[in-house]
Amino acid sequence: MAGSIERQRHILDFTLASLLRRKGKNGALLSVYTLIIFILSSVLFFTHALHREAETVLQGTPEIIVQRTLTGRYQTIPLSYADTVRGIRGVGSVEPRLWGYHYDGNTLANYTIVVPGENAPPHGSIDIGSGIARVRSANEKDIMGFTGFDGKPHAFSIRSVISAESQLVSTDLILMSEHDYRAFSGIPANHATDLVLKIRNPKEYTTISEKIVRLLPDTRPIVRNEILRTYNAVFSWRSGLVLAIFSAAALAFAIFAWDKASGLSAEERREIGILKAVGWETSDILFMKFWEGAAVSLTAFLLGVVLAYVHVFFTASCLFAPVLKGWSTLYPAFKLVPVISFGQLATTFLLTVAPYVVITILPSWRAATIDPDAVMR
Amino acid sequence: MILHPQILALFVSSLLICLMLLYSSWYGIRILGSWDIASGSELQLALERRTYLISTIVSCFLVFQLASLFLFVSTTDSICNLFVGAMCAVGTLTVNHFGYPALLLKLLTFLLAGLWLLLNHLDNQGYDYPLIKAKYTLLLFMSPFILAETVIQAIYFSGLKPDIITSCCGSLFSSASRSIASEVVNAPPLSMLALFFVSAAVTTLCGIRFSCTENGGVLFAAVSALHFVISLVAVVSVISLYIYQMPSHHCPFCILQKEYYYIGYPMYLSILTAAITGVGAGWTARYRSIESLQGAMPGIRTTLIRTALLSIAVLVAITSCYLLFTSFTLR
Amino acid sequence: MIRSCDISKVFNAGKPNEYKALRGISVDIALQEVTILKGPSGSGKTTLLGILGCMARPTTGRIFFDEREITSLPERFLTDIRLKTFGFIFQQFNLIKGITALDNVMVPAFPTGEKHASLKKRAFETLELFNMGHKADAKTEWLSGGEAQRVAIARALINRPSIIIADEPTAHLDTRLSHEFMEIMATLKSEGKTIILASHDPIVYDSDLGDRIIEMRDGHVIEDGNLA
Repeated sequence: MAGSIERQRHILDFTLASLLRRKGKNGALLSVYTLIIFILSSVLFFTHALHREAETVLQGTPEIIVQRTLTGRYQTIPLSYADTVRGIRGVGSVEPRLWGYHYDGNTLANYTIVVPGENAPPHGSIDIGSGIARVRSANEKDIMGFTGFDGKPHAFSIRSVISAESQLVSTDLILMSEHDYRAFSGIPANHATDLVLKIRNPKEYTTISEKIVRLLPDTRPIVRNEILRTYNAVFSWRSGLVLAIFSAAALAFAIFAWDKASGLSAEERREIGILKAVGWETSDILFMKFWEGAAVSLTAFLLGVVLAYVHVFFTASCLFAPVLKGWSTLYPAFKLVPVISFGQLATTFLLTVAPYVVITILPSWRAATIDPDAVMR
Repeated sequence: MILHPQILALFVSSLLICLMLLYSSWYGIRILGSWDIASGSELQLALERRTYLISTIVSCFLVFQLASLFLFVSTTDSICNLFVGAMCAVGTLTVNHFGYPALLLKLLTFLLAGLWLLLNHLDNQGYDYPLIKAKYTLLLFMSPFILAETVIQAIYFSGLKPDIITSCCGSLFSSASRSIASEVVNAPPLSMLALFFVSAAVTTLCGIRFSCTENGGVLFAAVSALHFVISLVAVVSVISLYIYQMPSHHCPFCILQKEYYYIGYPMYLSILTAAITGVGAGWTARYRSIESLQGAMPGIRTTLIRTALLSIAVLVAITSCYLLFTSFTLR
Repeated sequence: MIRSCDISKVFNAGKPNEYKALRGISVDIALQEVTILKGPSGSGKTTLLGILGCMARPTTGRIFFDEREITSLPERFLTDIRLKTFGFIFQQFNLIKGITALDNVMVPAFPTGEKHASLKKRAFETLELFNMGHKADAKTEWLSGGEAQRVAIARALINRPSIIIADEPTAHLDTRLSHEFMEIMATLKSEGKTIILASHDPIVYDSDLGDRIIEMRDGHVIEDGNLA
């Protein structure tokens, strides 16, 4: 057993030395390989981190939201509905919520206005998100004006600028008092935007939702789990789509790898012939090829994954960000929380290293079965 | 069809494995037909060279299949929240009828590949390729299972549409539902535990006897295979209860999670290793009369038996730790 | 004793460029003697050397090495026997470029799994035997013809083989170096090694080192004489 470990060590030494002797050819392969892994890992890290971020944010949302609909579209919900829902067994509490969107023609941006449950700004003032502050160059104590539902201007003094941990939600947010919001938006006094429910037993979500719909047929309960599930599906689908497109690049890499592996130069062929002639057998050469592939793959994998990690989490995906910004004029800064998992690494491995290994098996074997006899001539 | 990266990775790896194995099987047929060790003809030389290629391919296959096995479980676990009612991998696997078959086929092909590599190693020790026919017959036997695994895995994943109501392990493993799963779990836990320990003891004794007297190889292989099944059943029906410290949580996949310190990995690895090495050791007894293997046989046999017994001991040790050191008890 | 019975070697059998290199050769090589294969190029000397030295398998016929039949051995066993028993010196020396002389000498011993430190020491000592110790760290490209030849001989000896095989060893050497080579062979013979040489150089086959000359032409043995 010790002999075979020593034997592997010798073969490994020889392989590494011979890789370094052919820097040019191996360098090109390594670069392309690393690039492929870099792109794949970046996509996986990015979507996974966004996904986790969205999930974290969603944890804070209500378990069930009840909205009212007319002709399939949203409309405000009467406060009396809250009493009906409160009567359902299993419901812990029901709170009406006031919030809505506002389009600002000057900045071509959509804001979200919310009346918070606690610590609402006093009458006449608002708290604004960092994106809004940036876009309208506003600071604390400035006066900001908006056009209300009645077409008249409403002015508010800025109490503070929100600096939330998650910019995904707060960047376009305005917090306002209830009185101001009802005057601004036109929501009637006995209505709310929607109802927020707390449920005692999570296993009852479906049952309670069914009961709500039976009692109040013009409502639509939205269960948080369903949102989570939909987000999950969307994120998976999106990243899966990117990967499917990536397969074109992977195919190109596969062809390149095949070419490099099969194209043994005369020098390499001679070298393997000599090795076989002096006493190395086929399995020794196969091991040599294996270590070659392993050294290249491991280096490319580590480099690619580390670079991707730095790219996504430290430089805020500087290569992807322009593609993803889209219509929004209020961009959150893409500072994502680093998240890494076994599943991602295994996926990257099976989508890059595994095909590389399979592609190089046949050329490696062809090289290993070179006839030592040929060297005698 | 879910375009999830991990599912794509599983597809790709299964496809690669399938292609590799089909290629090898094609040569396997040629080898079985035209092998003649005594001739120095070019065909024979070419065939001998091919065997190197095929053993390299099967080694690769084994590594990929192990990664794929764990990735399969990890993936089904992580997408469980796409399905109403699914709390972990068990829920995802029961969404359609192909989930568990896919998993079982993966397991089976992994075990068969392990056995093949053992045979291959043994064959290489003989100067006249004594086991060449046995090896390639096994390869051809394996091929339909590998094909089936790729196809069934594909059908399973393409049949997954989110929002399908399925059952989580709580209802699946309750006594009311009638399926193999519930039969397994309804086995009275304490008797199952006793059976597990007895089986471990019997297998160990058979192993020791085989090691010392060179008799009883087939018996050892048989009890190893039986112990494999008993261990898996025991994990689901009783050992998991001690790990989760809940009398109704039977899920075999949650023990692979972080909350339980990933204890599932060493447990399942030791079960798989014990199965491969135990059955392999017993199988080699068939070839003990082959002259060219006389030199290498004892050493290999001893190593295999030792590995098998060690793996069994690992699982027994882990189980005993949970039994002795947690306050949970079934009595 | 290496016994060969009715050896034939055919390349590209069944194809248009089929070539019969050996036809029904039966020779016995005695151990601890020097056997010289004499004949023009194309006579099959190199092919026969390869077969006797366990580097290739004959198309038909059998080879017995110490009464053990080796013709049908799988490649790995053949290579094992070759590694331990035979040392080859090639016509073109065939040293690996880009590595040092010392590394070249060590390469054949890598598959044996010998510890690196002791192997390196032994390789160095072998080079010293041929006064090449000072060139141990020189890259192959920097060696002269004679130096390369000596490194090639050292490499052939690293696994302590009992049989040395040399194919046209003096083809790329001048007269002085050729004589030097024959002197080294004489030393090895006196140590009890078996030597098989193939050459069409008179310096080799006319020297008094040879115990037996086998003359070949077109794949046949035409003369097999002992020079007692």
